[in-house]
Amino acid sequence: MNDASLLPLMILMTPLCAAPLLFALPERSARLRTAINLGAALLKLVLVSWLSWKVSQGVIYDLRLTVLPGLEFNLQADPLAILFIALSAVLWLITTVYAVGYLEKGPHRARFFGFFSLCVAATVGIALAGNLFTFLIFYEILTLATYPLVIHYGTAAALRAGRIYLIYTLGGGLVLLLGTLGLWVLAGSTDFVPGGILAGVAEDSPLAAQLLFLVLIIGLGVKAALVPLHSWLPIAMIAPAPVSALLHAVAVVKAGAFGIMRVVYEVYGIETAQLLGLTTPLAVLAAVTILYGSIRALGQDDIKRRLAWSTVSQVSYIALGIALASPIAAIGALAHLIHQGIMKITLFMVAGNLAEGRGIKKVSQMNGVGLAMPGSMAAFTLAALGMIGLPPLAGFVSKWYLAAGGLQAGQGWVIPLLLGSSLLNAAYFLPMIHRAWFRTPDTAPQQGLVRRRIGWMLAAPPIATAALVLIAGGLANAPFSPIEWTRFIVTLEYSQEAL
Amino acid sequence: MTEMLAIDWLTAVIFVPLAGAMLAFLLPRQAHLVGVGAMALTALVTIALVLQVLTEGAMITHLGNWEAPLGIDLRVDGLSAILLAMTAGVGLLVSLGALDSYASRRVPERMRRYFWPLWLLLLSGLNGAYLSTDLFNLYVMLEVIALAAVGLTVLSGRIEAVRAGLEYMYASILGALLFLMGVGFVYLELGRLDFAGLLAANSSPALSAALALMVAGLALKTALFPLHVWLPQAHSNATAPASALLSALVVKVSLYIVLRLAQYMLPPSEILVALIGVLGLGAILWGSIQALRAERLKLLVAWSTVAQIGLIFVAFARAGADGVAESWKAAALLMLAHAIAKAAMFLAAGRIKDEIGHDRIRDLDRSPIRPTLAQLSFAVAAISLVGLPPSLGFAGKWILMEGAMTNGYWHWIVVTMTATMLSVAYFSRVLTGFLRFDRQRTPAGEHQGWALADAAPLTLALFALGLGLFAAPILSFMDIGYPFGATP
Repeated sequence: MNDASLLPLMILMTPLCAAPLLFALPERSARLRTAINLGAALLKLVLVSWLSWKVSQGVIYDLRLTVLPGLEFNLQADPLAILFIALSAVLWLITTVYAVGYLEKGPHRARFFGFFSLCVAATVGIALAGNLFTFLIFYEILTLATYPLVIHYGTAAALRAGRIYLIYTLGGGLVLLLGTLGLWVLAGSTDFVPGGILAGVAEDSPLAAQLLFLVLIIGLGVKAALVPLHSWLPIAMIAPAPVSALLHAVAVVKAGAFGIMRVVYEVYGIETAQLLGLTTPLAVLAAVTILYGSIRALGQDDIKRRLAWSTVSQVSYIALGIALASPIAAIGALAHLIHQGIMKITLFMVAGNLAEGRGIKKVSQMNGVGLAMPGSMAAFTLAALGMIGLPPLAGFVSKWYLAAGGLQAGQGWVIPLLLGSSLLNAAYFLPMIHRAWFRTPDTAPQQGLVRRRIGWMLAAPPIATAALVLIAGGLANAPFSPIEWTRFIVTLEYSQEAL
Repeated sequence: MTEMLAIDWLTAVIFVPLAGAMLAFLLPRQAHLVGVGAMALTALVTIALVLQVLTEGAMITHLGNWEAPLGIDLRVDGLSAILLAMTAGVGLLVSLGALDSYASRRVPERMRRYFWPLWLLLLSGLNGAYLSTDLFNLYVMLEVIALAAVGLTVLSGRIEAVRAGLEYMYASILGALLFLMGVGFVYLELGRLDFAGLLAANSSPALSAALALMVAGLALKTALFPLHVWLPQAHSNATAPASALLSALVVKVSLYIVLRLAQYMLPPSEILVALIGVLGLGAILWGSIQALRAERLKLLVAWSTVAQIGLIFVAFARAGADGVAESWKAAALLMLAHAIAKAAMFLAAGRIKDEIGHDRIRDLDRSPIRPTLAQLSFAVAAISLVGLPPSLGFAGKWILMEGAMTNGYWHWIVVTMTATMLSVAYFSRVLTGFLRFDRQRTPAGEHQGWALADAAPLTLALFALGLGLFAAPILSFMDIGYPFGATP
């Protein structure tokens, strides 16, 4: 271990050390709390930028500590880790600003921001985990850190949602533990290695390798909200808006999707996974989830619930891109990890603004809100159009690569699937946009009342992320755009001749 | 024995607390000072002993220079040393907690006067048991421990505590009697009781019967289902520091002796192993169900001990013919994890009860006072007891399940996972209440109720959480002197 290897540890420690400070602060010290929050988020962003720069220069970070005989706690920074950690660093800063504004004078802020920081720390750990064992540690910490956020309001409905959330995620964690154990017993290692570590095992006992894959995907699929393990996600939207934003964009569902990525690419290796016939069932499962999530989103009148079902659908694009086993689709999957994050966080933050500012929680109440809250609704419109996949927005880029990848892999059915999904996306997003901009406001008594002024801390974050949606799509070919970085990763995961 | 230092740490670690106990009894007014002083001194002696084991390996000392089988030998290896360290560490922190909790004016003079001699006597007995090398010596130590433990149970003098203490005493006497009968059988068969002699013996029905008797006696003393009936009342009605000591340290001695018996006596028969495993499963289920139903916090914690002990017995049972070493390691790690986390939890529960004024789970979230640090300690301890990473409890469960999977014992994996889910269920009853604030309408001062007394449970809880990252060095330390018969 040299000094430089401490950089990943410092990134992990930044939110981890902020958490106890935030817990200990008295409720009334709002300024100091905000300073710590923003300071930690900024520090992390600086450290992550530095790390990304170093890694792109070819510096290798590897921090190891033997925890159990043969098993190591391992933090490393490979390009895939950078992708995820950069997403979490940028969105943590933006969400923190939003959360500070959202919870102004709200109850239990000390507790909230403490767990919020822990949640970010767990995400960092998940990104930097160098083996499945380390990944598992942070996967469980993430569950524990998000549970108090989900039940933050403490209402009966929130507690019920929390209970369901806990049963699903802890159950998933246990299954992942079982899978990690199985991997350790079968392969004698849980390391993430480009190209995978299971080629030998797959040759000797393919059935065991296939079963293990099933167990691992169930464990990860709970957080990634793959059908039929998705039920917790629409229920958990009871959480405060910043939490929902973070949960849907970076923390929980992404942890699952990221885990699936690691398992397919770096535990099995894409070629071994294909050889074992594992990619097709995963692709089918992802396709089913994409369609089912979209169809369920159509029927929701509650805005956040509709967005939650849309997450179920959109996150599975990532699994689909991985499972198509084509390098171009892989670029789409990796890019969508980022793109879905920035689009969905925008949508959730605007949903929060609607509820806070106007008391609007249902789609049917959205009439004419565009003129009342033009900034927020413009951001919402941009993100929603991105979700539908309109060029030149971010969502279009990922869908384009997915479709091209489908063709490259000889899976023509992906094209109608993506078209159908886009149509469904349009069917549940366009009416919201239409109502907001083109219908006259209702004259119902609760409408038009300003419940609370939307300050810059609430208004600016969604606009910033919406701008990112535009930039990530429009400047997709610029160096350091997500797409460029994912191309770099894909060259590592696929053998050279595949490209 | 060391040439450089003229002090024999093995003897000292038993006699320092014993001397402290006598002194504390003779000086009741200064009992707390004597108590903490003797405890601190014992901790220092333990550190010296651990360092010596680290540098010189396992050691034997002959008390009065008489060698076995006539004299009394004391032996320390990695397993003994780690348990001595656990006892000293937990003991020291609980003592500091007790110092605060018995200092209040509300506490009767009697408690302050008798706690310290009893606890030091208990400490002496515990240390003696971990260093014993023959069965009779172990029996004597068990009786010393039982005497002190019953005393600690009834310390509060409340009628429930006295009743529970009486039950505990009957169970303890019966357990000791069973153990003594087993010891008698061994003596009739072999003519000697030292471990070295046991190791040389050949298999015979009488020895198997003796082993079964001893295990039954120990199961009663450590409250293995269905012999657990005395435990919940005894542990939940004692004062908080006493509960912490009873639950964290006292039940571990019997488990330790089971480990030693497995090391030195013949491999237990398959039937006995299977029986232990099934009873362990019974303990997990019954303990968890009762914990789910418990109405008081301390009772819930006590029932969780029953379930956790069941899991440790499952770790024993998983051994079977092969994989013995792995399985004992899992059991030893789980014992260590349970000791630290449960001490933290009982102290935290005591603090919560002191601050809020009651420990009814239903109403814990209705108090305007929020003992946040105690609640945090409780939550962190629960993480280790549930076995979530990166805690020490997780490390123990990992080794248990890894061994089970390697050997294809899938049923034990199912049992372990069930135990985990059940423990989440019963602890979340309490933990959710810690987060749920809106039933209290009066302005809640969230950060009231911090006190120096929170330091002890918080330190213990953080150790239980963090030590999991150092399970590998702990395991290799425990292996000094090959207590698990691992490959040399």
